[in-house]
Amino acid sequence: MITIERLTKRFDRRAVLDELTLSIAAGDRIALIGSNGAGKTTLFRCLLGHYRHEGRVGFDGAAGGRRDATALSRIAFVPQLPPPLRMPVGELLSFAEKGAGADRALMGQIAERMGIDLDEVRKRPFYRLSGGQKQKILVTVALGRNADLMIFDEPSANLDPAARAVFIDLLAERRDASMLIASHRLEEVAPLVNRVIEMDRGRVVLDDAVMDRLKAGEFRRAEIVLNAPHAPFALALAAWGFAANGAGTRFTGPVPAAETFRFLGLLARYGSLIESLSLDQAPERVN
Amino acid sequence: MNAMTSDPVTRETAPVQAARPAAPARTGLGLMLRLELSESLRSRWFHFYSVVAIGLMLLLIVTGISESRVLGFTGLSRLLVTYIQIMMAVLPLFIVVTTARSMVGDREAGNLEYMLAFPVSLRVWYWGRFLARLMLVLAPIGVALALAAGYGVAMGRAVPWAHVGLYSGLVAALSACFLGIGFLISAVSRSTEVALGASLLIWLALVAFLDLLLLSILIQQNFVPEFVIGIALANPLQSFRTASMILFDPQLILLGPASYVILDHFGVTGYVAWAMAYPTVLGLAMAALGYWRFSRGDLV
Repeated sequence: MITIERLTKRFDRRAVLDELTLSIAAGDRIALIGSNGAGKTTLFRCLLGHYRHEGRVGFDGAAGGRRDATALSRIAFVPQLPPPLRMPVGELLSFAEKGAGADRALMGQIAERMGIDLDEVRKRPFYRLSGGQKQKILVTVALGRNADLMIFDEPSANLDPAARAVFIDLLAERRDASMLIASHRLEEVAPLVNRVIEMDRGRVVLDDAVMDRLKAGEFRRAEIVLNAPHAPFALALAAWGFAANGAGTRFTGPVPAAETFRFLGLLARYGSLIESLSLDQAPERVN
Repeated sequence: MNAMTSDPVTRETAPVQAARPAAPARTGLGLMLRLELSESLRSRWFHFYSVVAIGLMLLLIVTGISESRVLGFTGLSRLLVTYIQIMMAVLPLFIVVTTARSMVGDREAGNLEYMLAFPVSLRVWYWGRFLARLMLVLAPIGVALALAAGYGVAMGRAVPWAHVGLYSGLVAALSACFLGIGFLISAVSRSTEVALGASLLIWLALVAFLDLLLLSILIQQNFVPEFVIGIALANPLQSFRTASMILFDPQLILLGPASYVILDHFGVTGYVAWAMAYPTVLGLAMAALGYWRFSRGDLV
């Protein structure tokens, strides 16, 4: 769907994107990771036509102009920081509906699930909302659009845990769109993605097509040792079909290969309890 | 519910899926115009500007300036010429300062990054903004001039419709000119401070080159007359000032030396046409230059 060839962006002669080459196929759900300054936001801005750049960005095979409105009609975007728009929320939703084809009813459903009452905030200036409310509105607008590619730049940074979980669910349900999600919380977006791209100093240093290696029906065997028994963790592992030793400190069980990231996400929450962890490198088929 | 324990596949809620429209959605000029109009209508600069533009006319009416006679002006003509001379000082400064900081301010705040991610062409976005601003700048002056005409009718006085028409045209031309300058400054500036500084500097330079100020000094210092006249012709503020007075009694003391010579060459009709066409073309050219620069650089 999107082909990026030798994309280079310099600021004051310093290359923030350095001959980056990448292709995004329809259906790709990509977690874009990397430290601050790795070039994630710059990559997004080049894709959206905000930045002038060297190299080529092609949408569906056509190089297009730098800022092609037809291509933009297929891309929904949620920025890292909500903009301080002065317009009332209702006007923003109306603009998204009329100018970008967002579905009014769908936006209502999404907002409801995100826990924001559109009727209550409709007349309030966008910039007067709390950080979380702004982010929910932006997510509502993005998901309310019929976009083929969704670009999220740290989308859940301002969301509370409950809203974050709903947001992840909403993304998971959105099966018709490709996604490019920049996040520092890999464990959070892990269940959603089939590809992880790590950037460093404007280059791709890791491009891992998760689904190729972690196919459904294949399992990994995991063994986890805790430094002390912990009932909630034991309960969580039991839900994955893990068996525990008598002391409740050693757990063994199978991890569906396709769910590896989700499993690691669970472990990340209990990281301080884990003394040792082993996970079979090669997937083994469980008959 | 935590993200790690949720299972999107087995959720009971209906999956979110947007309907596919027949044609790609796109933001048109009308929508952009409406968005910018309502955005500006809410802004403080517009409220303040409207109060100044309309309040000044009301003040002049209330203080009975139409009853006085100065340099041959009396009645509504006196009211209008006083109003327009004051607006000449206020209007350009106001337009150029508020416009110059608008786009660069939006860029700094992150509004541009978000809004330009919508399917709106740069051309529609930029010129939609320009048109909306022009309409908003002209509206309060139009109301003020209508108030003056209404006052004249109510008082049973002859309304100088030619003057009302002339002033409307001159104000529109001057507004287009400074709006264009403001858009150019906003497009090339990388920070609000730079944009504000540049707009004030340009305004000061144009005021300095008014006929009765620096131009008089240049003439006194025996500069080449063509050079002085060229500056007077090129200064949109000077064109406005001269054209706003020549329908009355074009005297040297009132117009200033350069304008007096120009008027002698152009004639009244020729000068009015110049004073309306030149600032408009200059403003549009500046705005077009701003668009060219804006569309070729980084947008955010």
